[in-house]
Amino acid sequence: MSLGMSLETTMLLALATPLAGSVGIALVGNRQANLREAVTLLTAVTLFALVASLFPAIMDGARPTLTLGEMLPGLPIQFTLEPLGMTFAGVASFLWIVNSLYSIGYMRANKEMNQTRFYVCFAIALASTIGVAFAGNMLTLFICYEVLTICTYPLVAHAGTDLAKRNARIYLGILLTTSIGLQLLAILGTWVYAGTLDFRDGGIMAGAVEGPVAAILLFLYMYGIGKAAIMPVHRWLPAAMVAPTPVSALLHAVAVVKAGVFTVLKVVVYLFGIDYLTEWVNSDWLFYVAGFTILAASTIALRQNNLKRMLAYSTVSQLSYVVMATAILAPLSIVGAALHIVAHAFGKITLFFAAGSIYTAAHKTEINQLDGIGRRMPWTMGAFAIGALSMIGIPPTAGFISKWYILNGAMDAGHMAAVAVIIISALLNAGYFLPIVYAAFFKKPSADKADDHGEAPWPMVVALTVTAAGTILLFLFPEVFIDLAQQLI
Amino acid sequence: MELITGLFNYWVVVFLMMIGFYMVISHHNLVKKIVGLNIFQVSVFVFYISMSKIKGATAPILADGIEVYSNPLPHVLILTAIVVGVATTALGLALTVRIKDAFGSIEDDEIEAMEIEECVAEDVDANGKEASP
Amino acid sequence: MIASQLPILQVIVPLIAAPLVLLLRRSGAAWALTLLVTWSMFAIALVLLAQVMDGGVLYYRIGGWAAPWGIEYRLDQVGALVLVIVSGIGSVVIAYARASVEREIDSERIYLFYCMYLLCLTGLLGIAITGDVFNLFVFLEISSLSSYVLIALGRNRRALTAAYRYLIMGTIGATFYIIGVGLMYMQTGTLNIDDLATLIPAVADSRTIHAALAFLTVGICLKLALFPLHMWLPNAYAFAPSVVTAFLAATATKVAVYILIRIVFTVFGGVDVFAVVPLVQEALMGLALIGVFAASSVAIYQNDIKRMLAYSSVAQIGYIILGISLASSTGLTGGIIHLFNHALMKCTLFLAMGAVFMQAGGVSIRHMQGIGKTMPWTMAAFVIGGLSLIGVPLTVGFISKWYLILGVLEKGMWPVAGLVVLGSLLAVIYIWRVIEAAYFKDPSNDTITEAPLSMLAPMWVMALASVYFGIDATRTLDIATSAAQTLLGGGAP
Repeated sequence: MSLGMSLETTMLLALATPLAGSVGIALVGNRQANLREAVTLLTAVTLFALVASLFPAIMDGARPTLTLGEMLPGLPIQFTLEPLGMTFAGVASFLWIVNSLYSIGYMRANKEMNQTRFYVCFAIALASTIGVAFAGNMLTLFICYEVLTICTYPLVAHAGTDLAKRNARIYLGILLTTSIGLQLLAILGTWVYAGTLDFRDGGIMAGAVEGPVAAILLFLYMYGIGKAAIMPVHRWLPAAMVAPTPVSALLHAVAVVKAGVFTVLKVVVYLFGIDYLTEWVNSDWLFYVAGFTILAASTIALRQNNLKRMLAYSTVSQLSYVVMATAILAPLSIVGAALHIVAHAFGKITLFFAAGSIYTAAHKTEINQLDGIGRRMPWTMGAFAIGALSMIGIPPTAGFISKWYILNGAMDAGHMAAVAVIIISALLNAGYFLPIVYAAFFKKPSADKADDHGEAPWPMVVALTVTAAGTILLFLFPEVFIDLAQQLI
Repeated sequence: MELITGLFNYWVVVFLMMIGFYMVISHHNLVKKIVGLNIFQVSVFVFYISMSKIKGATAPILADGIEVYSNPLPHVLILTAIVVGVATTALGLALTVRIKDAFGSIEDDEIEAMEIEECVAEDVDANGKEASP
Repeated sequence: MIASQLPILQVIVPLIAAPLVLLLRRSGAAWALTLLVTWSMFAIALVLLAQVMDGGVLYYRIGGWAAPWGIEYRLDQVGALVLVIVSGIGSVVIAYARASVEREIDSERIYLFYCMYLLCLTGLLGIAITGDVFNLFVFLEISSLSSYVLIALGRNRRALTAAYRYLIMGTIGATFYIIGVGLMYMQTGTLNIDDLATLIPAVADSRTIHAALAFLTVGICLKLALFPLHMWLPNAYAFAPSVVTAFLAATATKVAVYILIRIVFTVFGGVDVFAVVPLVQEALMGLALIGVFAASSVAIYQNDIKRMLAYSSVAQIGYIILGISLASSTGLTGGIIHLFNHALMKCTLFLAMGAVFMQAGGVSIRHMQGIGKTMPWTMAAFVIGGLSLIGVPLTVGFISKWYLILGVLEKGMWPVAGLVVLGSLLAVIYIWRVIEAAYFKDPSNDTITEAPLSMLAPMWVMALASVYFGIDATRTLDIATSAAQTLLGGGAP
């Protein structure tokens, strides 16, 4: 599937495509909405084609490196593609296509303002996501991470209402505070003590950094990566739900939050090194914090009545699966963590798409309004059911595969607490997802709310069907991602 | 006694300097502040001039029978400093005239009260407009 | 032939041009001459920087008089960098000045503005290039006196009192400086910086020299507005004409910082000042950190954006002083690079404010409402400058923060590093107030239009420079590192 270019050129193009797309969108502007949307879609498809064309080489063990000049002496802006980044970039770029289709339906049906700013920022967000995925050293990753924070701010504040502004302030405040306040310190500490920020197999700390210092650094990293939303730095995620649903779907279920847990994985696997962490640093606390986050967030989700807020807390909980799986430090659980990034992405975007469809077609946002809605919107609620099953981890959905690996890893490592957390949380997930599905299909709509509406616009239905199908296909054919993830260990 | 007579010139300098400094800080009248600033600067001129003066020495003009000369360089430096001082004074007084025109007063505390009033008015203006959604 | 005379041309050309501008009187011609002079000064500064980077410290004897008797010009890396900053910022600001000045200064006084501007430039350039501590005082007063006048040109009557207070504080500072110089002269009998550097170690332990150091430090800190000696700065920046604010904010305090560097690391280069008088180091570091927090906190509550930026300047000076007080190669590099970087970002911000002032009639937070829609280019430049102030990656601010924190961490001072990053988070708060008002509020007045190109272009030159040097920082860092190493290598050649 090679496009006849060197791998490095393809990487460069993959980084440049969404940026070029954003310029194109800005140039076309509001005057020709159809052309603008065509540019978005074309950019998304091109990006996915480029990322996909890199896949065979990565499977064969190639690690192409692209250097874009030296930013600081000894610290270049460098991109290196490895299996984890490949996974993340692949998922994000594929879902962007689907999400663009969905956005078009959503933004038009809801007559949103400032659509050009929306699409421009979206494209820049994707560029920085790809940057995070490709990053070859911690400095590059940090830069892309920060760009991602800044360019998603206008998307969260999109509505421009006081509520939107206040929530966007929380969003930006927490993400910038943690990243500049803690993560930057951690990065500088790593640079001072280890003398490099490159991602290397087996880590860069071994032999250079003493245990206590590494423990401090680990703490700074884990809380500095606010996008991973471990408690108590999770509040930005529910706050971000004020954004239009396509933003919540792609960015706050896939790109941004996954950039967080992806960074956690990168730091643990390539900066600290699993062996080093196991041997020298007490990282149990991370495991407990993540476990607590899983259970606490699920419990909070149980009590939500706003659908999107419920999904946000569910995301907080699911993200901590990845962090916890990483903290177990067993090979199988690391594979599980990588797989969960993919599985959760497909499942959660489906759920958000469904929530957005319901809002667009029926103007409903609360869970107790959804009685009997499944009859009018069979496709939407069918997809919702599949997404919900994936969150709980019931076959035939992708969530089952990733949880299976995490569970096996926990067993191997003798981490019975982890096993318990996963089982309890599955029950909690079932506790807040299944009643919705039940109510949608089997309860009768209350008579006074029998306002007549059908399915959402077709682009939205197509989008959520594709992602729901993806969730099932990932269960049936998970080999691709498992092979990739296994290269990590 | 040595402390007083031996370092006589320094005592003068310190005394003048403190008088000038005190005037700058304590007086509300803008002209008096300038005068204080002047005294403050003059003390430094005295300091430079006296430190290069050697007892029994004359100006550095070669002449028979004179062995000891004073150092002329600080004197020259102070000529420059005096010029700077004059310029500062002139500018300060000119500003005072303009302030008198603009505020109708040269008393620091009165002017400050007017300024605070203006400042508060601006803030109320900004906040008042801000509060309406 | 001319190449060897460049150091003196750097100072003498604007000095001669200033009275010429007075004679020209017509504002257009005055502007053209000033522009020509400033731009050629920038060219000369660049050539000098290249020469110094190649061949080390440059000496120039005025009138051929040898050093202890005549005045000598002495240019090393850090001096050359300051020359480039001053003349570079000057070049950008003067291109911007024409439209802005016409709006903010009475037309019959415009030629006076250009005259004072040239004198101020002379003074600032002279400080950076001279090798004589008394000559430095003279240049300091030239630049100060002209900047008092420049500030007093502001439309608001409070500009007058701001200028008056600055005059009082500035004169006290300069007089303190000259007392310090006198005390050094008593002990060493010389005013030449290199001579002082060789002679001072022998007498460094005397009380006279300690007193000299105290006077010099306090005097200079008044000039560079180190907290708590900053009281003159906020009003002076808030009420001066926009062009003047942009120019002074980016250059005047920077040059004062340069004097501090010169005194501590060159004149007292032979003695380890911070080891002999540890109080100096502790006081500088402590005040710098307190300054960062106090000034940033005050900035959050300002409704006038120019004044808010002025307080932010006080905070940023805290960062520079922090870097200097570390007295390590990395820390000093951080301080010097921030000197350059902060000049870029503050200039961008104040130029943007100048454009808003011109189009919207004021720069309070109320005037900023909806500016993002009515003046998109100006506001975009403001955002770049603001992000840089916060220290977001891909801007110059990030590079500075990186080196400052690195310097702090190298000394193992983790809590201080924490304070530095906390300080930059305060910047998030005050910058974001403006951004929210500009982008998420409706314009109070729809008739506001974008500023003219002659103002946008200089603003964007600065904004792009603060992005460019944030991405490719190797060149500026080379200069800053080599400057820091020369300084730490001792004053005596």
